[in-house]
Amino acid sequence: MLRFAIPVVVLLGLLALLGIGLRLDPREVPSPLIGKMAPAFDLPNLDGSARITPLDLQGRPVLVNFFASWCAGCQVEHPVLMKLAREYGVEIVGIDYKDTREAAEQWLARHGNPYRIIVADALGQAGLDWGVYGVPETFVLSADGRVVYKQIGPMTDAAWRDKIAPLLAQGSASR
Amino acid sequence: MIRLLRGVHVLSLWLLLAAAIVPTFVSAQPAAPTPTPPAPLAGEQQQRYDTMINQLRCLVCQNQTIADSSAPLALDLRDQVHRQIADGRSDDEIRDYLTHRYGDFVLYKPRLAARTLALWIGPFALLAIALIAAVLFMRRSSARQPATPGVADAERIRRLLQEQEGSD
Repeated sequence: MLRFAIPVVVLLGLLALLGIGLRLDPREVPSPLIGKMAPAFDLPNLDGSARITPLDLQGRPVLVNFFASWCAGCQVEHPVLMKLAREYGVEIVGIDYKDTREAAEQWLARHGNPYRIIVADALGQAGLDWGVYGVPETFVLSADGRVVYKQIGPMTDAAWRDKIAPLLAQGSASR
Repeated sequence: MIRLLRGVHVLSLWLLLAAAIVPTFVSAQPAAPTPTPPAPLAGEQQQRYDTMINQLRCLVCQNQTIADSSAPLALDLRDQVHRQIADGRSDDEIRDYLTHRYGDFVLYKPRLAARTLALWIGPFALLAIALIAAVLFMRRSSARQPATPGVADAERIRRLLQEQEGSD
């Protein structure tokens, strides 16, 4: 009996491993920043009227959304961001990645502006420091300025409902 | 001579074609200002640069190194490596810089650490388990079957052989 049980157990184990492997998305590289303070930057806002640093994002939980006017995925997620900002009152900080002021302003005029603050990262230096490898990417920062979650690719209703909303609820409850 | 000229002609056609096609791919990221190009590297630094960019993964096109990839991110990362080598940073410092941002995944050859131990030891552990299992299996099956035929078998074989010789 044992002679047959061992290969069956080994096979089932292998199948389980392969099954897990198939479900993982290799495009989602876990961020090493989770649990750490938001990486530093000191950049102008979009109209150049002020400089923004991570200190400006502390005191309340915020979403930090890397976007660009040239980015197709950003158009896909834009309605979701608009809804979060308008209907749920979520504070979203936009980081305009490798873009120009004119292009970004036109884009926002056309699609709507969900952002409370917009940071102009024209050279992509903040993107590099935050480990962005493809816009759109969205970071969730807790009130004390820590990265608690990273959404790679477009924001979705499901990601908001299942991952981000619970985190924000937790953050405001513990304050 | 004519063949050579024709070769040049064909080459220039290809270049024209490339010039016509390439910008349509690159134009995805327009108009943004680019940083000033860094100073060229000296011989030994250039070697370190070449080695390094062949050991770093481009996170956009994941099966390419940043040396192979023409994705904008690969360009940025090559630029970073270049600048940091020029600034006198060591290879380890540059790898630290990149792993702090992108995680161990950016390294084609992950470093030996507690969290990468399974990666380094795993295949050898599996091989050892397979070898042990194979040895145990072979021992058991050889214990069950005696290598030499028993006396009764030897008797039967002799008889069979004799019968065969008789029939020939």
